[in-house]
Amino acid sequence: MKEKTIDLPLKNEEEIKELQVGDWLYLNGTIYVARDAAHLRIAERLSLGEPLPFPLKNQAIYYMGPAPAKPGQVIGSAGPTTATRMDRYTPQLLDMGLKVMIGKGRRSAAVINSMIENGGVYLAAIGGAAAYYANCIQSQEVIAYEDLGAEAILKIDVRNFPAVVAIDSFGNSIYDKE
Amino acid sequence: MKRIHVDQIEKAIEEMCIEANYVLPVDVKNEIYEAMKTPATELEARTLEIMLKNIEMAETQQMAICQDTGMVIVYITMGQNTCIEGGYIEDAIHRGVAAGYEKGYLRKSIVKDPILRENTKNNCPAVIHYRLVPEDCFRLTLSVKGFGSENASQLKMLKPSDGVEGIVDFVTSSVIEKAPNACAPLVVGVGIGGTFEKVAALAKQALMRPLKQAHPESHIQNLEETLLQKINDSGVGPMGFGGNTTALAVHIETYPTHIAGLPVAVNICCYLNRHVTRSLL
Repeated sequence: MKEKTIDLPLKNEEEIKELQVGDWLYLNGTIYVARDAAHLRIAERLSLGEPLPFPLKNQAIYYMGPAPAKPGQVIGSAGPTTATRMDRYTPQLLDMGLKVMIGKGRRSAAVINSMIENGGVYLAAIGGAAAYYANCIQSQEVIAYEDLGAEAILKIDVRNFPAVVAIDSFGNSIYDKE
Repeated sequence: MKRIHVDQIEKAIEEMCIEANYVLPVDVKNEIYEAMKTPATELEARTLEIMLKNIEMAETQQMAICQDTGMVIVYITMGQNTCIEGGYIEDAIHRGVAAGYEKGYLRKSIVKDPILRENTKNNCPAVIHYRLVPEDCFRLTLSVKGFGSENASQLKMLKPSDGVEGIVDFVTSSVIEKAPNACAPLVVGVGIGGTFEKVAALAKQALMRPLKQAHPESHIQNLEETLLQKINDSGVGPMGFGGNTTALAVHIETYPTHIAGLPVAVNICCYLNRHVTRSLL
């Protein structure tokens, strides 16, 4: 098992190619947070030809909807949600330059094919480890769709955020190893 | 006749919502520690280690173990002679859920209509199950069920001729397919028998049994062991990353059924099998 520290957003596409299925990563830097309802709104915006509320090129999206923050906390519990539900929206986002997705669970064949085509990587965070991940988040800001509550789009800054390369940019999947 | 005031119920539900979300039952925690003793790979060991660290952090920092603080399920077991005073019991339960989710900084995850999907903003309503018993008692079991694992659950009306083999095939194939999405290592609740709706309720009820507490009937106990062995032999492992522990336990509950049927339900729970029980009488 290889261990690597990765700074986000990625500076170049070569970094993606070096990530191999099963690698244990510690992520630092900026990540956007979006889950079901935000993906639906993004898809609606794209179908109308409208711009997105954040840049996708070389960026990372974390599939997550946090618990409310207590006074003094940056964010409430913040573990990954199941990525499969975002599959129908994902190839379009990869086409637009999205490079890193962080969630949990399997991805569809369409997503994997798009990852190979566009050079994207899918990382699995440790499901349920929500208090742990909240402690890895240094700052957070709502950047769109505040009305969606826990499903709003956030920009977060993370430090030593653990994740495993679940599907690499060559389409190798940790879920096929059984 | 025993009397119970709805204010007592409301207060208990409020506290139980917070406790269930902050503190994992010790029997569940112990099984994750057990899994830590026999990891197949460093990846499995590290994954379990973060799971355990998270459980400790949530407890010491008094915050939700998982951001999916679930849909609330309340089991009420009460003596048939109990008198509930001061208002309608379900209003009290819902006031308790709303207060617990607000005061505990828990995520509100419930939508009012499954099609229109507008958030109720107080995590209400709960799903409530009642059981009347002859003796005097009033016992609440409250479970918070995340939907990563709830979505991985399945129900099938098998034929009697499918037999034990059919049950084993259905349970293991559904669990192995869904384990990565459902946050393995899993607690697997299996219902066998009854009717279409009864078998689903049995599977959920099976998740409330303390881990390692075997079923009283030996043939069911054997089936629980067979299923656990087969699921863990799959090598799917924690989060589907590969490893020795795909499930922490398999619990089965059964009920008599019709001569023509063999209903089977699999209710999957992640390793965070969160529930609390309290007696008010």
